[in-house]
Amino acid sequence: MSKFLNLSFENKVALVTGAGSGMGLITAQAFAAEGAAVALADSNETAVREAAEKLSASGHKALAVSCDVGDEQQVEALVERTVSAFGRLDAAFNNAGVQSPAIETADASGEEFERVNAINLRGVWNCMKYELIQMRKQGSGAIVNNSSLGGIVGLPGRAIYHATKHGVIGLTKSAALEYAARGIRINAICPGTINTPMVAEMLAKEPEAMKEILRDQTIGRLGEPEEIASAVLWLPTRE
Amino acid sequence: MNFSFQNQVALITGAASGIGLATARAFAEAGAALALVDVNPDALRSAANELASVGRSNIPIICNVADENEVAAMVQQTMSTFGQLDIAFNNAGIHAPVAETADALGEDFDRVIAINLRGVWNCMKYELRHMRKRGSGVIVNCSSQSGLVGTAGLGAYTASKHGVIGLTKSAALEYAAKSIRINAVCPGSTDTPMVANALANEPETMKAVMKEIPLGRLGKSEEIASAVVWLCSPGAAFMTGQAIVPDGGYTAR
Repeated sequence: MSKFLNLSFENKVALVTGAGSGMGLITAQAFAAEGAAVALADSNETAVREAAEKLSASGHKALAVSCDVGDEQQVEALVERTVSAFGRLDAAFNNAGVQSPAIETADASGEEFERVNAINLRGVWNCMKYELIQMRKQGSGAIVNNSSLGGIVGLPGRAIYHATKHGVIGLTKSAALEYAARGIRINAICPGTINTPMVAEMLAKEPEAMKEILRDQTIGRLGEPEEIASAVLWLPTRE
Repeated sequence: MNFSFQNQVALITGAASGIGLATARAFAEAGAALALVDVNPDALRSAANELASVGRSNIPIICNVADENEVAAMVQQTMSTFGQLDIAFNNAGIHAPVAETADALGEDFDRVIAINLRGVWNCMKYELRHMRKRGSGVIVNCSSQSGLVGTAGLGAYTASKHGVIGLTKSAALEYAAKSIRINAVCPGSTDTPMVANALANEPETMKAVMKEIPLGRLGKSEEIASAVVWLCSPGAAFMTGQAIVPDGGYTAR
């Protein structure tokens, strides 16, 4: 196989946030299938414990960590537990995020702004900060931050979500420039509308808004989480 | 091109200095009545005094844009004084100390996001309540070249300014059918007190930035004001949800 198409993560350590469901879960499983030891973090402790137990039962190295990424101290502990369990950190997928109900800006609440910002933007920053403290010690590592189509374009009723996802791209670019010379690569992925529990919930709660979003998916279907996981696994590879 | 804003009311945050002050002066000269908003009372008073001799009339309003209640009161005071709101330039913003992400402080991240991102959102929210009632209005949000590209050591600032573009695009789509236009301006490094401060504190970073401006100089506040005034003019009636970039060519490379 060409060295540019080697997706093996044998002897590598991967950390995935929001690993209890959707893109995070599928990506964590994909890292494990390619040989990585995986730390699965999620604010839903039950979901992430079950996911890690399944991986362990089929012979993979997996660690479940209950973590609210909006809380800097919990994130610090997450990275510490990952490194003390597996010795290093090679790849991180900062994926945990929340949607916000559609509402025009003049009617939206400040509490909702703070909730979404804490998880989607400060959460990614928290994760990068402690991952990078470890990776710069190693002089190696790759980070993928989960932005969104919402990081590139606008959508009526979704200003807060789109602001946070634009922000993730900003964090990604600045941090990438900071660490490029030290062997650490940082990229973002911008999924469109993907077949995940988050989108299923939106479909159920806001059928009208979702109908419009789906109409605009040129390819005529939702994306599958496996298609995002495929891109995420490709980004950290270098040999 | 018609740059007369006679009988119009413009609200400007961060109006006491730099790009905000230059923009306030430009609107005053074009005949608009002004709500001058800033967190610094002394600088705001002297700006209001200076502009009183130029334009129709102005009121200075002391306001921390990060505080939603203060913003609600600030827009209310503008409405009760002038009875209408035609134009808003949400310009107030701050820089954070340069630090790589692994060494940056959570407190600095929160402060920059609170003023630069939540602050713009707070202002838009209450401005839009009046503009949608009337079915007209123009908003310009101050992003930055950092809303489009990254800079090492400026993670939180870059995130906040990218976020402003996200807010701008989504809100523009929300209110386009109600005849309210919302755009962002993305200044490059401009000769303002904020940049002078950065130059003094971090000469190495600034030297690196200056080297990469194709026009070979800092922008002038008046050049940014000119773009803002144009975005608010009838000549820009077909522009909404955009980020325009007076940056000396920095992001063209």
